[in-house]
This record gives sequence, structure tokens and C-alpha cells, in this order.
Amino acid sequence: MKSSRRRFLKIAGISALGLGAKPVLDVMASSSETAAPKTAKGENVLTAKRWALVIDTRKLQSEEDLDPMIEICDKIHNVPKFENKNHEIKWLWAEEFKHEFPMQEPDFLNDRLKHMSFLTLCNHCEKAPCVRVCPTKATFKREDGIVLMDFHRCIGCRFCMAACPYGSRSFNFRDPRPFIKETNPDFPTRTKGVVEKCNFCAERLAVGKLPACVEASNGALTFGDLDDPESEVRAVLRSNYTIRRKPALGTGPSVFYIV
Amino acid sequence: MPNKKQMYDKGKVVIGLCILVALMTFPFWYNLGKAAPAPEPKLSEKAKAAKECVMPKAYMTSGHMQLLNEWRDTVVRDAKRIYTNPSGKKFNMSLSNTCLDCHVEKAEFCDKCHNYASVTPYCWDCHIDPKEAK
Repeated sequence: MKSSRRRFLKIAGISALGLGAKPVLDVMASSSETAAPKTAKGENVLTAKRWALVIDTRKLQSEEDLDPMIEICDKIHNVPKFENKNHEIKWLWAEEFKHEFPMQEPDFLNDRLKHMSFLTLCNHCEKAPCVRVCPTKATFKREDGIVLMDFHRCIGCRFCMAACPYGSRSFNFRDPRPFIKETNPDFPTRTKGVVEKCNFCAERLAVGKLPACVEASNGALTFGDLDDPESEVRAVLRSNYTIRRKPALGTGPSVFYIV
Repeated sequence: MPNKKQMYDKGKVVIGLCILVALMTFPFWYNLGKAAPAPEPKLSEKAKAAKECVMPKAYMTSGHMQLLNEWRDTVVRDAKRIYTNPSGKKFNMSLSNTCLDCHVEKAEFCDKCHNYASVTPYCWDCHIDPKEAK
């Protein structure tokens, strides 16, 4: 009697386990069958290990030469124009030698460089200090080397502005919308209280286009993969003497200047 | 000495309590049966013609915010911009250019429900309603 009761319990237990397992197996079987939504990069996407830009300043003599590039950048990225310099938003702008390359200024700088305007933008540093200090990881480094901002995550603390040695970041002290002349509906604007900067035209690279400034530069700007020895930027860097902004800081800028 | 269970000024207290309860519940019975009906978002002609959204309607109604959050993170963080839904159709993950391309009337589609539910998503602080931009 005792042993048969034990056997009964054993069989009952195993049967219960079997009945319980069936729904689980059903769920697992069905989840592998129905197609889950997928996400992917576009077909024409331009990819690199580390995007870089070489600016040939010999081909960009005056500020008028820089204007078309700055204009197109501001236009496609909905960059506002503020009269008040304290509120200025800068993605791509002009700077003179002593501000562009402090500590690299020779005692007797030649006249051409002294009075020239240099195209200035975010350097998309290899070791970007803005990425290190961002408390919300709103600023991050993409795997292709672009230092990008997630405006959704930016809390406007401006640590990144303090950390950036190049002044490449601007804060929206006011709602920028009323100060955008012509809004480009393909790109969002920003809102009051976030920081913004150049994004190396990440939205254009995603659809197979080069950055807008490169396209508008008439060949003065070269854009490409710094990690690829066969790339155009590497060819330009091989055959020209280039300098970078504040190299002693060790940030490793990805923007090079042929002077 | 009066009985301990006796209530002082019973009449006044009870009347006072009745008035208090009546005042407190006034908003409830005053508005009884007058609840605003849930709005029905109006589909644009283009959305009607397309018949199908990115995901089934039931999912879009209840979970469009999760979907948009996923889209946002995938586009910004992973640089992936193409979304393939379970039936194999491809979409560019963009609020202004894909969602609003079909749902042309933001006021009739998004705002109607958001206002009713008293939610104020901050999407439009930055993202552009192409209709407003023009």
C-alpha cells in the first residue's frame, strides 16, 4: 500500500510537469516563427572607422570663401541667427589664426595667415573631453568616430561646453525657433535649454551624401576615413603638411588644416 | 454628569457634516453624466488610403510612444534608420517625415487625443510639423 501511494505521487508529479511544459514550449515555438520587426542602416550609408576632415586653407583665402559653406550648414541644420553675440549658436564658423591656433603662433607670422579666416567646427576628437564629462551620456562617440549629441537626453548642464577646449559647443539660452529664417522640415530644430554643435552631417552620411560643407567647398575640404590608408584624406595628409588645433591637449582632433 | 456616549449639539453637528459632505462631493454629482466623450482621431485621406500603419492599429493605439522611443534610440545611438515591420514593409524612422507624411493633420490626429488625455509630449519642441513650417 505504501509503495503504490508513492508511485502514484511520482506519476502524478511527472504528468503535471508534462502538462505545464506544453504551453511554455508553444510560446517558444511561436515566438521564433513570427517575424519580429527589424532595424537596419540604409543601403547607401557611408561608413568608416574614423571620419576625418582636411581643410586646405590655401584654397579658402577670405571670409567670402567660407560663407557658402557656413550658409548651407546653418540652413540645413536649422541653426538660428541671434543678434546678441552671447546667444550665438555656432556649428561652422570663421576664426582668425591667433584664436584658431593659440600657442602655435610663431613670433613673425606671415601676413597671409595673420589676416586669414579659418573654417572652424567641432573636431570630433579621438578622446573627446565633452563625452567624458557628460553626466547623462547625451554626448557620445559613435563607432565611426563622430561625436554626436542625443538632444533628447541633454539636460543643459553645459559641462561639455566647459570641457571643450575649442568652443565648438553652443547653448540655447532662448527658444531658437523664431530666429530661424527658413526652417528645413527634414531636420529638427533644437529647444531652449540644450547644447548643440556640428554633427559631421551624420544625417547625410546615413543616406550616402558627404557633409554639406565638403560638397559646397569646391574641393577645399576633403572628407574620409582616417583609419583607411587608401582613403582620400590619408592621401592628402601624406602629401601636405597639416596642423591641428591645440594638439598638446591630447584630445586628438579629427579636423586637419593645411596651412 | 451626562452620559459619555452623548453627543453635544447633535443637531448642529449633523447638519454641518451634511453640508460638508455635500460641498465636498459637489464636483462629482454636478458633473455626473456629463463626461466628455473620448475623441476619435481623424485619419487623413492618405492614411486611410494606406490602410496599414507601421504596426497593427491596436498596437499603434496603445504603444506608439514605445515605438517612437525605440525609433529615437535606434536612429540616434545605432545610426540605423530603416525599419522593417513584420510584414516586410520598410520605413524611414522619422517622426516628421514618415509619421506626419501620412498623418498630415497633427492637430486632428496627435493633439486631439493628447489634449483629451492631458499629456504634453515634448516631441514638437524640436521636431517640425511640416505643415506648420510652410
